Amino acid sequence: MAVDPAALARRLRDGDLTVAPAVLNLVESRAPKDQEAIAALLAAVSPAALGGEAPGHLVGVTGPPGAGKSTLLSALLHGWRERGRSVAVLAVDPSSKRSGGALLGDRARIDVDPADRAVFIRSMAAGERLGGLAPATRAAAHALAAAFDVVVIETVGVGQSETEIAEVADTVAVVVQPGSGDTLQFIKSGIMEIPDVLVVTKADLGQVATRARRDLHAALRSLGARGTAVVAVSSLPPAQGIDRLLDALEAHRGATDVPSRRLQARRLHALADFVEEHGARGLRALGGRRAAEKWLATTDPALDVGSLERALAERAAAAAG
Amino acid sequence: MMRTYAGHSTAAKSNELYRRNLAKGQTGLSIAFDLPTQTGYDADDELARGEVGKVGVPVAHKGDMSALLDGIPLDKMNTSMTINATAAWLLALYIVTAEEQGVAPAQLQGTTQNDIIKEYLSRGTYAFPPAPSMRLIADMVAYTVEEVPKWNPINICSYHLQEAGATPVQEIAYAMSTAIAVLDEVRARVPQDLMGKVFSRISFFVNAGVRFIEEHAKLRAMGRLWDELGRERYGVEDPKQRRFRYGVQVNSLGLTEAQPENNVQRIVLEALAVTLGRDARARALQLPAWNEALGLPRPWDQQWALRLQQVLAFETDLLEYPDIFEGSVVMDGLVNELLEGARAEMAIVAEHGGAVEAVPYMKAALVESHRERIRRIESGELKVVGQNVFTETEPSPLTASGDGGIMTVDPEVEQHQREAVRAWRSGRDQAAVDAALAEVARVAAGEENIMPATIAAARAGATTGEWAQALRDAFGQYRGPTGVGEAAGAGVDDDAALEQIRDEVERVSEALGRRLKILVGKPGLDGHSNGAEQIAVAARDAGMEVVYEGIRLTPSQIASSAVQEGVHVVGLSILSGSHRELIPSVLEALREAGAGDVPVVVGGIIPPSDEQALREAGVAAVYTPKDFNITQIMRDIVGLLASGSRSDRESSPKGSLSRR
Repeated sequence: MAVDPAALARRLRDGDLTVAPAVLNLVESRAPKDQEAIAALLAAVSPAALGGEAPGHLVGVTGPPGAGKSTLLSALLHGWRERGRSVAVLAVDPSSKRSGGALLGDRARIDVDPADRAVFIRSMAAGERLGGLAPATRAAAHALAAAFDVVVIETVGVGQSETEIAEVADTVAVVVQPGSGDTLQFIKSGIMEIPDVLVVTKADLGQVATRARRDLHAALRSLGARGTAVVAVSSLPPAQGIDRLLDALEAHRGATDVPSRRLQARRLHALADFVEEHGARGLRALGGRRAAEKWLATTDPALDVGSLERALAERAAAAAG
Repeated sequence: MMRTYAGHSTAAKSNELYRRNLAKGQTGLSIAFDLPTQTGYDADDELARGEVGKVGVPVAHKGDMSALLDGIPLDKMNTSMTINATAAWLLALYIVTAEEQGVAPAQLQGTTQNDIIKEYLSRGTYAFPPAPSMRLIADMVAYTVEEVPKWNPINICSYHLQEAGATPVQEIAYAMSTAIAVLDEVRARVPQDLMGKVFSRISFFVNAGVRFIEEHAKLRAMGRLWDELGRERYGVEDPKQRRFRYGVQVNSLGLTEAQPENNVQRIVLEALAVTLGRDARARALQLPAWNEALGLPRPWDQQWALRLQQVLAFETDLLEYPDIFEGSVVMDGLVNELLEGARAEMAIVAEHGGAVEAVPYMKAALVESHRERIRRIESGELKVVGQNVFTETEPSPLTASGDGGIMTVDPEVEQHQREAVRAWRSGRDQAAVDAALAEVARVAAGEENIMPATIAAARAGATTGEWAQALRDAFGQYRGPTGVGEAAGAGVDDDAALEQIRDEVERVSEALGRRLKILVGKPGLDGHSNGAEQIAVAARDAGMEVVYEGIRLTPSQIASSAVQEGVHVVGLSILSGSHRELIPSVLEALREAGAGDVPVVVGGIIPPSDEQALREAGVAAVYTPKDFNITQIMRDIVGLLASGSRSDRESSPKGSLSRR
């Protein structure tokens, strides 16, 4: 059965949430025959077509395994639903290098009402891309942001995945468990970019959580990152801090120039896709990474990622030819 | 022909069976509850569908408990209840029923299983998160040691760990670590001079596999560790209070569906493991029936299991000698080896912060051990007679009878129980019930012992589902760790068969446009997730994307997940016998959600007659315990999606993959 990308895009623009599975099935397809339809769909929900950025709030949630991301996500989902927001979750898990297979276990840990049509959860395997995001995740997130109020991209990791998630999300929340010093070290050493919101889980642990929160505050201050909110939450009943976290996420978005952040993200992503396709040789043809970024900054802001990548490829081919 | 399994179905039917058995000279009762009762739901809850009266008796309120125990003198009875998450509630109902018979709590004797850690690790009938669950257990221990002093409030189960794939070292270490977690929690609640008494009331429920020499050594090792623990960690002076007391159910994992008569000799050998040496002999022994891997055993099958035991006890000289291993260098060596391994593993659990915090670690370790066991069976390294060696067989007269050699439950039971619980609710003093439940909620949110409020709610006529809901509201919902995400991938010794499947998955995925994606989950309340977990891990190793949904799913949840995730195939596992109700509901829900063309494969304890019915209802393939070769199952699943054509395929040995 051939899918009609125009119809999918129309339903997304009309806010028809039931279209989400079909959108994902298409966007995830690597079949050559589907590529044209994917490009058409993405173009039809691009800022150029929408007359502005997609309205949904793109929220990245990341952190080390065991930090309590899934439990937190359950609580956040309920919070957003209470505030009347529709929510799509893209839960990204790593793929096995050896078999290419993946265990996508998060769904089992997120507790939602199956009858609630305003919640959509899709597990995605990261595939071969290093850094934690499935190739189709960014495209899916932007497409869903045309219909859903909130689109969450959840990934596992510390150190690298934040960088890539920051290229997709309007707001990045890093989840840390009290007592684990890794995140603090990563932030201090500059391995990890400074998140927009830091979430300390297991606030019910009391003292330990309070200390973790204080340490993170101090570290952020010493780095001059006073704007980063640090919120302590407990997802266990009685849940604490969830409302504050929801407020902090919204406050960050309110204070962010979303169009320029997303524009920057699109350009960086086009470059990443280009490098994936053309490798170091392609990058050399563009005069190196910095030159490529500079050139991208001069392109039309309305271009979507696919068009940008094609433009890069043409430029590289011209330089090589 | 439909027959009623008298040990199950309803309280009245079970009471008949108990009285019949008692008349034959049986001295104790062993109550099996159905899954809704075990997980805290009433018969009219959506999650209870298909499960009522299946694997045990439904007990929703004091009226049911009173019917169950009608005419049975509770001051003389020793009653063992296989109940965990809702143990506090069932004990309360038992106490109230005794009260109505004029029997004081101090006279009551019996056991509540009450080991929640193994529910997270293996059996899956938990209801609340770990911390409040441990608190309920500690409350019960603290309460019974003073008020119901002859009661064994907890029976720590290493049994289910072995069923989940535990090696002997893991079985010892995780059971002992669980005991430590419970005792530490109780220590905070009772005066030190009561600790000896508390310690002596903790008993164990262990497993015995067919490697019976090693298994015997395992029990000796457990006895040694327990004694040490009592003396060193809890300061118990009296050696009698430090004695390792345990009951046994021998291994079910090793019982086969192929040539099931061979299970009889396996069971006898396993029974030897727990009886051979007097110093480590079981207090109580339960033997499974030869046909457990086929379906529910009939009374005759259970009688045969009892007779095996009686022959051992009364015909052989087994019980006539002092400990026959005393001074055995070989046995001592084995015991020391196990002790060393167990101590090391216990140290790892302690490093995680104890058994409660280490649940995800232990779960992942068990999934991995189980995976290794299956690999060894598939490769023939581990020999299972009749299954992977010596498979030639004559037709079995044992399974040739009209009922297929098993028992089935009357489907009317569920409807009856649903109506009965509604009638009960409308006939009671609602204000008193509301007040009692409010009190349970208040106590749950604080630090007081849960038992008095629970007993008051039982007395007022509250139901199992209501009591559990009050606690779920206070403690929160919980979904246990699955262990599958953490389980390591296939090792470096990847065999050619696996490579071949990966190539095939790759090829099919290319044709599909996306990587082959499968949803694996368990509908209903049955929490025995070991099989589903192994399928999930194997599918990942075969190169598929696996959405593992875990346990306790409603048909609508499965359908909604299948659609949202865009899976190509759905794999379901059911062991509780509720497949005839639940699987068609899942198929229906998938059709309603517009995913009627997604093939569904089903695994579980499914009799041949039901297999046919399920296939006719639209199931693409049915797997039972005799399909031990998971690699073959993976091959079948890939095959289902390979052609894309809807023509019949006969690629599996069972020829079961034809799609409608």
